[in-house]
Amino acid sequence: MNTPLSWVKAYVPDLEVTPQDYTDAMTLTGTKVEGYECLDKNLEKIVVGHILSIERHPDADKLIVCQVNVGSETVQIVTGASNVKTGDMVPVVLDGGKVAGGHDGGPLPEDGIKIKKGKLRGIESCGMMCSIEELGFTNEMYPDAPESGIYILPQDSVPGTDAVELLGLHDSVFEYEVTSNRVDCYSVIGIAREAAATFNKTFVPPVVTATGNSEDVHNYLKVTVEDSRLCSRYCARMVKNIKIAPSPVWMQRRLAACGIRPINNIVDITNYVMEEFGQPMHAFDYEQLAGHEIVVRCAEDGETFQTLDGQERKLDSTVLMIRDGEKAVGIAGIMGGENSKITDDVQTMVFESACFDGTNIRLSSKKVGLRTDASGKFEKGLDPNNAKAAIDRACQLIEELGAGEVVGGMIDIYPEKREEKRVAFEPERMNRLLGTDITAETMLGYYKRLELEYDEKTGEIIVPTFRQDLECMADLAEETARFYGYDKIPVSLPTGESTTGKLSYKLRVEELAREVAEFCGFSQGMTYSFESPKVFDRLLLPQDSPLRVTVNILNPLGEDFSVMRTIPLHGMLNSLSTNYNRRNKNVRLYELANIYLPKSLPLTELPDERMQFTLGFYGDGDFFDMKGVVEEFFEKTGMNLKPHYDPKAGKTFLHPGRQADIIYDGVNVGYLGEVHPEVADNYKIGDRAYVAVIDMPSMIPFTSFDRKYTGIAKYPAVTRDISMVVPKNILVGQIEEVIEQRGGKILESYELFDIYEGAQILSGFKSVAYSITFRAADHTLEEQEVSGVMKKILNGLQALGIELRA
Amino acid sequence: MKDQLEKIKQEALKQIEASDALERLNDIKVAYLGKKGELTSVLKSMKDVTPEDRPKIGQMVNEAREVIEGKLDAAMTALMKKAREEQLKKEVIDVTLPAKRNRVGHTHPNTIALEEVERIFVGMGYEVIEGPEVEYDHYNFEKLNIPKNHPARDEQDTFYISDSIVLRSQTSPVQVRAMEEGKLPIRMLAPGRVFRSDEVDATHSPSFHQVEGLVIDKNITFADLKGTLAEFARELFGPETKVKFRPHHFPFTEPSAEMDVTCFKCGGKGCRFCKGSGWIEILGCGMVHPNVLAMSGIDSNEYSGFAFGVGLERIALLKYEIDDMRLLYENDIRFLKQF
Repeated sequence: MNTPLSWVKAYVPDLEVTPQDYTDAMTLTGTKVEGYECLDKNLEKIVVGHILSIERHPDADKLIVCQVNVGSETVQIVTGASNVKTGDMVPVVLDGGKVAGGHDGGPLPEDGIKIKKGKLRGIESCGMMCSIEELGFTNEMYPDAPESGIYILPQDSVPGTDAVELLGLHDSVFEYEVTSNRVDCYSVIGIAREAAATFNKTFVPPVVTATGNSEDVHNYLKVTVEDSRLCSRYCARMVKNIKIAPSPVWMQRRLAACGIRPINNIVDITNYVMEEFGQPMHAFDYEQLAGHEIVVRCAEDGETFQTLDGQERKLDSTVLMIRDGEKAVGIAGIMGGENSKITDDVQTMVFESACFDGTNIRLSSKKVGLRTDASGKFEKGLDPNNAKAAIDRACQLIEELGAGEVVGGMIDIYPEKREEKRVAFEPERMNRLLGTDITAETMLGYYKRLELEYDEKTGEIIVPTFRQDLECMADLAEETARFYGYDKIPVSLPTGESTTGKLSYKLRVEELAREVAEFCGFSQGMTYSFESPKVFDRLLLPQDSPLRVTVNILNPLGEDFSVMRTIPLHGMLNSLSTNYNRRNKNVRLYELANIYLPKSLPLTELPDERMQFTLGFYGDGDFFDMKGVVEEFFEKTGMNLKPHYDPKAGKTFLHPGRQADIIYDGVNVGYLGEVHPEVADNYKIGDRAYVAVIDMPSMIPFTSFDRKYTGIAKYPAVTRDISMVVPKNILVGQIEEVIEQRGGKILESYELFDIYEGAQILSGFKSVAYSITFRAADHTLEEQEVSGVMKKILNGLQALGIELRA
Repeated sequence: MKDQLEKIKQEALKQIEASDALERLNDIKVAYLGKKGELTSVLKSMKDVTPEDRPKIGQMVNEAREVIEGKLDAAMTALMKKAREEQLKKEVIDVTLPAKRNRVGHTHPNTIALEEVERIFVGMGYEVIEGPEVEYDHYNFEKLNIPKNHPARDEQDTFYISDSIVLRSQTSPVQVRAMEEGKLPIRMLAPGRVFRSDEVDATHSPSFHQVEGLVIDKNITFADLKGTLAEFARELFGPETKVKFRPHHFPFTEPSAEMDVTCFKCGGKGCRFCKGSGWIEILGCGMVHPNVLAMSGIDSNEYSGFAFGVGLERIALLKYEIDDMRLLYENDIRFLKQF
């Protein structure tokens, strides 16, 4: 919302304040000023000049030489403008002064343009006569200026006086951020009321006087509201013998400062009242209303309607329409129709000032695909009691401007009058909520400035209908606080029962995951939770993969962001790809983020959100480096059993011979592997890449922060090395299983120290060597104990077709 | 005999003096003090000495032995020291050669910012909890005093999954879930992803992170809210930081406020960073609306509370002077390495 300060000051006459002080004070009472612009920012030494004589320039056909009385002296000014004549009053910028822009109306330079005395084709020129563009504005917004050439001031202007003042440009335009609960502040009157309360000055709103001739509007027009739920009030008044003309300059100036282009007196009055009262108005051409009647009723399904911007609009039965005896003439609260709009030939018109249901207007505006200033105001829910004041104000302006003859009386369909609300006044409770000690009198003083009256008998605050946001004690407490000053409220810390600050268990495990990943050289990435369903093809997932069953967004930002991910790999591979294609070497990334698995479709309950710890890298390292990271993580989280790796993981996106499910204590807690070369190609990663995914909800039950000391071995260990010839299809995992199962209590550890295939080994076999360590906690092992266990192990290995190497 | 001893001694000392290697000293030791050494042979020839003279000669031999031993030890120590010094001199390295590093990874700036926020509030007794990212409309809006068709819904462009399920547009629904659990008092912090349908650009992302804070107890006041958040700002941005609370509107708090902090770039004087105002908007907050308390079954006559919500990306961008939000989701290692 943009409003010139001068308009606010018109209703708070005692307000004397600099724009910056105004900004700070208003912001601190809750009317946030986003910024302001001084219209005279770059206008310096500009006075009224009286053209005494004009001569042709001796050396230039297109220039003239003027003698101009600028008050204290007469100066000579050369100009190329052709619209000036002797006797004209014009704005003149004197030598050393400043204007805002060039005569071509291009973008305004930040610091304006300095004007200096100089010679034009040999003739001295001491200043410049200004066009509206040079003053920083446009003929469009300031239609009293000529389309090209010098701005001509009124004849009664006094030479030498401040022309900027005369033009009404010693003003600043403020932009406010009005919160959605304060619909009353989407108006000059609302802002002025807040300004008066903020600075504790008298608020003097415009006085609306009685208007109209001796006729009765009811004899001209009939209004029927069929759905009063969607239209709580409909006011109509009429104007006849209309004389379309430009509106006065003061009105044009105010509209221009609000960013509204002045058109003519009738249009300008409706816009002016909308800005001033915050009440949208509409004007219909009375002669175009069939049957001279207005019916407020919803559209038919599939009905179309041409709005006054010439567009064809599709409607349905929820869109409220304004109709006449035969046809629709406007979409209620959004835009009028081409068929009844005010033209320059209009003789008689109907003013509409209504209150439509905010929600309905908001939904209709979306459906129709048209959002206007009017709909923007209606959708916040207007005060029906404002509708009458606004229409009377408009009629008052019609009379004041001589724009027509107002017909007496008003049609007012208002079946259920909105009454003032009452809220109990509880000063102690408010002080308790705020942590303050403000007296009841002080609070009532603030309320009075806001037109909130106190009913002493009932102990209640009477809330006017324009303050729909005030409903309970907390609301009044905010009114108290913002005028007492948020900055004056003391500062304390909560007292009372103490609580333990901590992270949830899940977050503690995630913290460890980050620690381990980062220690192993992985940096944390973050990717989006939604992606394109096409990523499943890039990951080579079969058509019937359960991972293709997704939670879908009804209103996505596009297909690329349309389904909630069911697998975290796309984000990872995409990030690796970004790095690879930017020629970053040896990149290691991890992410901790959710996947979203629907429990049933269509979704009736929330999906299963599963935290995934995803690791990925390319460059230095291989499958076993990744496996190492997984095991570091398990060890760090107290998972002391040995995880098992099942090569039949069946992941289409991984290398078929280089992938494994990670099994911990019989539970599948994730997988790892080399990215399938075709998938790597799909992501344009030109290097072997490895990924691991840990499903945190599966893993967390095995984690523990408990640690128990088991003592450091006192008795010596015995180590046996065995070297074996193993059939190629036997996995070392199987060998280790045998060692573990048969090693018994005295098995301490085992370590693979050599694996070899090739010359000296029969084809179809490999050589594998283990070092096995035994130790007893309570005695020194004896030879027979160890050889007994070794024999068991060797028997087990033999059963797998393994032989000891000679 | 005495002369002979003196001669042996002098000869030994001379040889020790002249030695420049440990082996040589060892040889000398053997030659004079060893089993077949000269002093030993003097002792062996004691049998030729009269019994009366024996103690005297014995003493003299021992004296000579001590002197030679002393000298030998000193010479050995000196030589060893010299050898150690030479070794150390040879082993000088160029300490400016590159380090051998276990290249550790880096934490995402969002997480660093979150950890700072968590550290501050955990220290004040807040429990960090989480809630679902795909959330019922009911929790994301209705129980936060934003009924269906409330205009505030338009201010947050929400992604819908169905009529009743949304991608949460704020972390505030975690508040409601915590209150519904019914354990009072509450001091909680809820970080997490939130979603709004904003197109991606330098300052917008359809997915970002918030941290929600909630305190519910008896006698919680707006003054407590101010004190807590002022403390937070000083911890996060430095002890000189000042805060300013401006009235604002959120449907689920009343009174509501936005908090600005003094610009940490210029200290409040005004610069390009803070657009000349000296202040930077950092969070929204307020006293929990009585309707919200009531909807979660908390008696607003007995209990009150405050809530606040901070945008993590906003803090990360400001604190680390990152000029484009897209960098946070690209995961370019050259970006991540800087944190």
